Amino acid sequence: MGTLIVLIVFALFITAILTGGYNKEAIEKFKKSKAWDWLTTVDHKKIGIMYFISGFFFFLIGGIEAIFMRMQLIVPHNDLFVGDTFNQLLTMHGTTMIFLAAMPLLFGLMNAVIPLQIGARDVAFPFLNALGFWLFTAGGLLLNLSWIFGGAPDAGWTSYTTLALNDYSPGPGIDYYVLGLQISGIGTLIGGLNFIVTVINMRAPGMTFLRMPMFTWTSFIASALILFAFPALTVGLLLLMFDRLFGANFFDHAMGGSSVIWEHLFWIFGHPEVYIVILPAFGIMSEVISTFSKKRLFGYTSMVFATVVIGFLGFMVWVHHMFTVGLGPWSNSVFAVATMTIAVPTGIKVFNWLFTMWGGQIRFKTAMLFAVGFIPTFVMGGMTGVMLALPPADFQYQDSYFVVAHFHYVLVGGTVMGIFAGAYYWWPKMFGKMLNETLGKIHFWTFLIGFHLTFFPQHFLGLFGMPRRVFTYQANVGLEQLNMLSTIGTIGMVIGTLAFVFNIVITFKKGAKAPADPWDGRTLEWSISSPAPEYNFAQLPLVRGYDAWFMEKQAGNKEMPAAEPLGSIHMPSPSFIPLLMSIGFFVSGFGFVARGDYSMGILGLIIVFIAMFMRSFDQDHGYHIEPHEIEEANKGVKA
Amino acid sequence: MAAQTEVKANPNMPNHLETATLDGKNKVLGFWLFLGAETVLFACLFGTYLALRNQTMGGPDGQELFDLKLVAAATAILLTSSLTSVLAMMKMNQLNYKAMQLWLGITVLLGASFLGLEIYEFIHYVHEGHTFMSSAFGSSFYALVGTHGAHVTFGIIWISTLMIQAAKRGITKETAPKLFVSSLYWHFIDVVWVFIFSLVYLLGKVG
Repeated sequence: MGTLIVLIVFALFITAILTGGYNKEAIEKFKKSKAWDWLTTVDHKKIGIMYFISGFFFFLIGGIEAIFMRMQLIVPHNDLFVGDTFNQLLTMHGTTMIFLAAMPLLFGLMNAVIPLQIGARDVAFPFLNALGFWLFTAGGLLLNLSWIFGGAPDAGWTSYTTLALNDYSPGPGIDYYVLGLQISGIGTLIGGLNFIVTVINMRAPGMTFLRMPMFTWTSFIASALILFAFPALTVGLLLLMFDRLFGANFFDHAMGGSSVIWEHLFWIFGHPEVYIVILPAFGIMSEVISTFSKKRLFGYTSMVFATVVIGFLGFMVWVHHMFTVGLGPWSNSVFAVATMTIAVPTGIKVFNWLFTMWGGQIRFKTAMLFAVGFIPTFVMGGMTGVMLALPPADFQYQDSYFVVAHFHYVLVGGTVMGIFAGAYYWWPKMFGKMLNETLGKIHFWTFLIGFHLTFFPQHFLGLFGMPRRVFTYQANVGLEQLNMLSTIGTIGMVIGTLAFVFNIVITFKKGAKAPADPWDGRTLEWSISSPAPEYNFAQLPLVRGYDAWFMEKQAGNKEMPAAEPLGSIHMPSPSFIPLLMSIGFFVSGFGFVARGDYSMGILGLIIVFIAMFMRSFDQDHGYHIEPHEIEEANKGVKA
Repeated sequence: MAAQTEVKANPNMPNHLETATLDGKNKVLGFWLFLGAETVLFACLFGTYLALRNQTMGGPDGQELFDLKLVAAATAILLTSSLTSVLAMMKMNQLNYKAMQLWLGITVLLGASFLGLEIYEFIHYVHEGHTFMSSAFGSSFYALVGTHGAHVTFGIIWISTLMIQAAKRGITKETAPKLFVSSLYWHFIDVVWVFIFSLVYLLGKVG
């Protein structure tokens, strides 16, 4: 019945469009509106902002889920969120934070900054970039709609089989997980591919690989990890979908399947994934620490080398998530050694940051505070990481709060602090306004203290035997005080995040207009106005060394030397096809969640294919911005 | 605008039309990277198949099922289509429109006959009691070979679409990269098939 209605509405739309039986003026008006502009944009700066905003939105949702969990755990035998509800909260908290908050927030910064840092006018594939964003959004929405329609997934963010199979998870929750992540995963893959090609092919004259800013380097390596890690998730989710929806037997022991295959596929993706979210944060820290110490990044080449090595080793260690599966001492030993090896390049990075600050003229702006707070926090997470890398010890730690403490130290202490540092640092370039420093400092201190108060006791909770993912605990076994402390700590993080939200609001209302180069920056993005014009660089810059912009400033130049005469600039046209295609995927995903009747699922795929044909046959050559338009726009801007 | 991308045979013509523009360069590089991702995808499916291929749960196993003659014919057809695809690209860079369309057409036909053989094979297997749902062996077999078949199907539709575009617009700096990456894709599914032939069919026959 539902399908029939959808089909009828669809047919009516088609006839209306073909016969012209609609209000042309209204459509014209809509096409000129700001909403349409944002929905169809292919500009990497706008896409970056949209990534950042939707990522922050999901960050808030994931945060609320976390607070609910901590509220349940504040006292023993609490009955606020028990059983399935708690399982749903913990599953959605993990899934949301990794896939829908950390990644898009980083993608937002990458989109906003990478093309500017390498002196490019655009990314290599503006259309695919928009498609990647809309697919991520469609997948994220689908996943979160599970709260309203049928219940959220509740098998943990790792969604291990056989727990995630029909027998033990009969509701539609895991279906939402499988299809939502599949759709947003395709989007992420496309986004990563776009960045790799952009960095390889679009660099400005003189911007050699070993002159690229550190953030570009780490994002470049992270994109390569995305490219080679996400297909494993694609396959894992595909097989799980087959098992759940179409009666296949990949993971069903009774029919010869093996649940260990899911664990392998998930972690072959899952371990590189943690480097995907930490490497760009490393890059942000490198930029911030170098800028606010007013020094060249110490050991730049070794930083690049360390990044590449971490990326490479990231694929060699996935079994350390599976030490207790029973793959045997040989396999466990090899992966344990590989895991501990990663501490070496990471150590190189930590010491390079410290040596960059050594003897520098340090300014403790908010971004720098986050970077400095990040170093000890992340090192603690790294230390517990090495502890967990020892298989005999891991047998004790596994599935306890010790693990929870470990990965929150690296993910919140690393990625989230990195994102905050990046947000304060690049906000002027993204939005043209300066975030308030006082509120920023409140944000930093409350967040940092709250974070340590929440997660430091969890190390001990784990060592005292509290298992993770369980909704309550016994009284009188020594877990009450630390749990209470841990929950109280979240208040600090909440205040910090609210200060950030408040900061954003008042910055939009009455923030100071940002100058082009507010931090005395070193890289190319600070050589152009804030926010960057839509064509980024009126003339492509000529890069003469590492820290290109700082070099020119040292030489007394007011702007970058140009690599080309002023000429007309080619721009890609906006397109609604990415949005259409993502709607198709969304409809299809929703259709397949509704079991039994797949017509809506197929209808969605038809929309996807129609959109693909439209794109293939589309003959659009974009438009040009002429030099006189640039000059007019620049009048009065140049100081 | 279209005038800018049109090309005529002349001595200054680029040797490789597909990478004559920055867009073309981006497309070709991006597509190579995409094929890297596809390699991981198939590697995972191969791994799953190799882990589960003996789990027949009492149903027929590969030794009983596979008919090497049929598979050899399918292999020969698909490998030949790779050759015709190369010839089409050569003709494209010589701006020989008619020969290019001819070779592309042959490529599509060979692809379609491969697909026909595969569908015939699958129907035969289902009659033998080897289905997607019958065992872990069945699931992993159809997931791997079926994903390859889906790629062939997509390739056939894609190359046909590009033939229509070439018929409308001719060989330009804009259509050439598209045709070139579709041919890369076609070679890729050929290479995957070589692995399927060895690791699924030959290995299945030895048991």
